[in-house]
Amino acid sequence: MITITVNGQRHDIDADPNMPLLWAIRDILNLTGTKYGCGAAQCGACTIHLNGEAVRSCVTKLDRAAGQQIVTIEGLSANNDHPLQVAWNELNVPQCGYCQSGQLMSAAVLLRENSNPTDQDIDDAMSGNICRCGTYQRIRTAIHKAAQLQREEAKSK
Amino acid sequence: MKKIIYLSIILFTASIAIVAFKSETIKRNIIYPAKDSVGSVKAFMSVYKVLMSPRCMNCHPAGDAPLQGDDNHIHIMNVKRGVDGHGIYSVRCSNCHQAENVPGLHMPPGNSKWALPPANMRMVFQGRTPRELALQLLDPKQNGGRTKAQLIDHIANDGLVGWGWHPGVGRTLPPMTRAALVTQVRLWIAKGAYAPGAKAK
Repeated sequence: MITITVNGQRHDIDADPNMPLLWAIRDILNLTGTKYGCGAAQCGACTIHLNGEAVRSCVTKLDRAAGQQIVTIEGLSANNDHPLQVAWNELNVPQCGYCQSGQLMSAAVLLRENSNPTDQDIDDAMSGNICRCGTYQRIRTAIHKAAQLQREEAKSK
Repeated sequence: MKKIIYLSIILFTASIAIVAFKSETIKRNIIYPAKDSVGSVKAFMSVYKVLMSPRCMNCHPAGDAPLQGDDNHIHIMNVKRGVDGHGIYSVRCSNCHQAENVPGLHMPPGNSKWALPPANMRMVFQGRTPRELALQLLDPKQNGGRTKAQLIDHIANDGLVGWGWHPGVGRTLPPMTRAALVTQVRLWIAKGAYAPGAKAK
């Protein structure tokens, strides 16, 4: 039995410790917002937060997550109101949407560490997340927008 | 009779002295071989070939991005070194690289210490001539603060260095075994730790 905490909820999972964490998240916990893309850590669709880091869950074994804190796209915010989600909505970023959970989870780490990222910072943080629809320009614009929202939110507190 | 006894004592003493001298010479030869610039440089040149092989050099790049593959191409995904050598933002090494190789061709290789050298101690191999690399390896200000003994220990025992000989499917091995490399490093240092001449390639 492996215990993991996902989006603040503790789960005891009876599965092979070598199972990809993505399988546990999608098939056992039924949190299907995180996507399977390549299965080789090449595309970023399966990005989740493991202790705050944007980890590729398709190549991460379940036992690496034992006793650790995991956040999936479903847990990024309580009401889909993370500044990134607001900006994504305002700017209609997704096209097919398949990669977008991973894009958002990677962007969230960037914004946590850099409240005012440049285009270069965004490229550095996001180049590992592939989008077949080519929404890169809208992603970049939305990250700038989200950074602005986040700064305004911080000022108003 | 007295003469015979005296003679025996003299011969016995002399033979003990000779044996002691010989064994001391052997001991010295093993532990402290004479300095030998030719032998030292020869040993380093074989070390150099290993350090410049993809399994070593790909994580000791001249730039701030790691390298990949036997052709030493720049790591895809715009990966950067970062201050600590573990990447930046959402592109940290351990986000994809696990504590062990992921099985299969083109899958991420792994080790629990997977990283580049940190930004303040970049330990570049790529582009270094044999002379430059030898001098760099010997300089604690450029080698991570290591003494010669620590340098040998690093090469002999460090887990990430050892990954080079267990790189997973589809990756070539360094041109000699780790044990052979350690022997050559020891020889290089024991024979005087000479750096090759500026023209050595």
